[in-house]
Amino acid sequence: MSAAPARPRPLIDALLPVAALVIALMLFSLFVAMEGQAPLEVLETIFAGAFGDAFGWQNTLLRAAPLILTGLAVAIPARAGLVIIGGEGALAFGALGAAAAALALAGSPNPVIWLGMALAGMLAGGLLIGFAGALRQWRGVNETISSLLISYIAVALMNHFVEGPLRDPASLNKPSTLPLAPEAMLGNLPGLDVHVGLAVGLVCAVLAWVFLRFTIWGFTVRVVGGNPRAAAMAGLAVTPWVIGLCAAGGAMAGLAGMLEVAAVHGSCNASVLVGYGHAGILIAFIARQNPLAVIPAAILIGGIGAAGSLLQRRLDMPDATVLVLQGILFVVLIAMETLRGRAWRMPQLPAPRLAKATPAPEEPA
Amino acid sequence: MFESAVVVPGLETPHGEAAEVEVLNLTKRFGDFVALDDVSIHVAAGSFHALLGENGAGKSTLVKCLIGYQPADTGSVSVDRRERNISSPREAAALGIGMVFQHFTLAPNLSVAENLLLAQPRLPALLDWKRERAALEAMLAEMPFRVRLDALAGELAAGEKQKVEIIKQLYLKRRFIILDEPTSVLTPGEADELLGYLQTRTQAGKLTVLMITHKFREVMRFADAVTVLRRGKHVAGAKVSETDPQRLAVAMMGAEDAQPKLATPVESGHAAGAEVWQVSALTVIGDRGVPAVDKATFSVRAGEIVGVAGVSGNGQRELVEALLGQRRILGGAVSIDGKPYRQRRHEMQALGVRSLPEEPLRNACVGEMSVADNMALRSFDKAPLARGPWLRPKALAEQARSMIEHFGVRTPGPGAPIASLSGGNVQRAVLARELSEGTQGPVRVLIVANPVFGLDFRAVAAIHARLRAARDAGCAVLLVSEDLDELMELSDRLLVMHAGQIAYACPRAGADVATLGRYMAGETHA
Repeated sequence: MSAAPARPRPLIDALLPVAALVIALMLFSLFVAMEGQAPLEVLETIFAGAFGDAFGWQNTLLRAAPLILTGLAVAIPARAGLVIIGGEGALAFGALGAAAAALALAGSPNPVIWLGMALAGMLAGGLLIGFAGALRQWRGVNETISSLLISYIAVALMNHFVEGPLRDPASLNKPSTLPLAPEAMLGNLPGLDVHVGLAVGLVCAVLAWVFLRFTIWGFTVRVVGGNPRAAAMAGLAVTPWVIGLCAAGGAMAGLAGMLEVAAVHGSCNASVLVGYGHAGILIAFIARQNPLAVIPAAILIGGIGAAGSLLQRRLDMPDATVLVLQGILFVVLIAMETLRGRAWRMPQLPAPRLAKATPAPEEPA
Repeated sequence: MFESAVVVPGLETPHGEAAEVEVLNLTKRFGDFVALDDVSIHVAAGSFHALLGENGAGKSTLVKCLIGYQPADTGSVSVDRRERNISSPREAAALGIGMVFQHFTLAPNLSVAENLLLAQPRLPALLDWKRERAALEAMLAEMPFRVRLDALAGELAAGEKQKVEIIKQLYLKRRFIILDEPTSVLTPGEADELLGYLQTRTQAGKLTVLMITHKFREVMRFADAVTVLRRGKHVAGAKVSETDPQRLAVAMMGAEDAQPKLATPVESGHAAGAEVWQVSALTVIGDRGVPAVDKATFSVRAGEIVGVAGVSGNGQRELVEALLGQRRILGGAVSIDGKPYRQRRHEMQALGVRSLPEEPLRNACVGEMSVADNMALRSFDKAPLARGPWLRPKALAEQARSMIEHFGVRTPGPGAPIASLSGGNVQRAVLARELSEGTQGPVRVLIVANPVFGLDFRAVAAIHARLRAARDAGCAVLLVSEDLDELMELSDRLLVMHAGQIAYACPRAGADVATLGRYMAGETHA
């Protein structure tokens, strides 16, 4: 109580992710320069591959659709104060659940199949991450670690079912579940070469934002996440809310898995897992856990991913180069987080040893 | 922590001899708050000196100034009758002064032997383990208790860790050891063993001990002299042989000057009404897994303030947390108006249950949310602050402006994060929310814990006036406080808590401070 409380500085705080992006691009330039490439040309190529033309935009938005959802999978539980990083597993579970639902509903009208697949995918992902939340509330297990470990189990289970009980005997080199009938695949958005999953992601992000910001339940979430002790004093039920938000986040990643099956691959197989779940962590951090800000963040990261093939074609660089950029961005972003809310002062030189007037940081105990 | 040697000019350390320490006129302020107010203590060489006081009395501040952890504003410290400018724990160490903290400072993944050795001020680049180990074993052989030198420090039980901490200080040949509540993690048997050994060392003239404690039993049994601090002031000092626990309890809680007030008690304007809430056989588990509140039974009537007195650590905090809904209730029941009360939100709203917990920022606010949001914590989900599921930000802001005005909360605006307010203004904001009726319905039951802790005189008077007004309006108030003056001033009835139980109950009018002190000290048979 003796320390002066930090004054909020929304502008500086909002600029931190931008600064992180700039620093990460500089570090990345250094990296590609060491590889003998011209940094400006590489950055230009990434930009061209992501946003340079209609084809680049289409590629970017195709990736952004699931990334919005996996970003929400991290951002929603974060509102209750939880760091969940099991999005990849929830996506795998969602894809598996959706594929299984498609099998069960084969022959039904398309809307029934789609609804069934979406519900199954959301349920599977929601149960998975909800379990991590329950472990935390009831057994005191760290949700970050448990969600990551549960995620490995989910991926292993998906592989087990795809290569075992649910395998389509016709899929020889690449084990897959039975593919959807071509007419049962989700189509594109009118006038765009991007599937409807993008609209689903946008709607989910906006709904989450409205829910968290304008409703009494959103207010409850802010109290529960901000200070569970105060929430308990106000009679708010902390545990159901925490578990519920985890499940909602998992459901978002599960829905991303469903979209990958129903709109892109047509079946559940190893191609579903290309790291969208992990990239969701990065996206949520860039977006400062704000559901609306997840949309541009997902487009940014989708664009970086989309640029990989152009880098390969034009500059003969491995397409994993863009993963290096993602990794650098993540590390810089997390490092920048420690600057948030800090007083911006010149660093103080250590006081001379005999001077007595160093202010004590301790509070009266 | 490594403590490297510091050369203090003119220091001739008479190893193996107890040190004498005198603190003269020490004052320490944190902003406007006076943590230590002109305190002087003389700790004779070879004595076992106890330092008593409630939380926030200034004990920790005093010893932190003494070992150079933080500088005092004014005052001086003399060691062996020479004034010393101790500006860091390293300089204190060079003078032979060491401290055992409440929290452990051992490296958990090193063995006990390694921990002890590493504490030395200077280590050679290569260790002669055989020789060092022999020296350690020789030292341990003199002690009445055993520790396993090869065990990992992290695997030791709390009691063993505490022994190692103390052995570490002896190994470093300290001549003056400060102990901060050393027995809070020990069983009574372990405590007796440790303190008994330190007592023999002091009696042999090898060591001086200054011990912060809450436990009268240890003071009476092991200490030679005792000093009591209260609100940063030295309020009592005596030889242990010339005092007794109840006098010490009264000095700690501060009711010496309450006696004259008893002659002119401020009565509530009317008689108390019907019993509003009953607590029966309430049992609550504490942080260490044993019951902290043990079958507590009491009731509070409408229009009365029931004060709960007791030395801190006797279950008051856990009682309040359980009543607030922050801690699980293991057994017993709480009922309001004869119906069970389970700390649910709809019950709180329907029955008018409000609370002023201690440390309001930690217990009753969400720091990063705005003042207006925090003021809406009780009623954001009801009209007029909400329409159906939708929040009405304008209504929230309007309510906040009205509360800010009525309770004189100093804030940049309703939209400022509540954590950016000063402690006193956070307290006012919470007071405004918990005592306002307006949109929130009537206030019928109020749970209050240490409501004026750390506040200045005028804020205290204002809060006391609000509590009295709530009582006079018919509210049933439970007031838990570490300040006996406050309890004597406000309460209509008094309860004394000791070891988790309600040890004593009496009307305030007939309260006798000596008797209260005896029950607070746990001497119920006397």
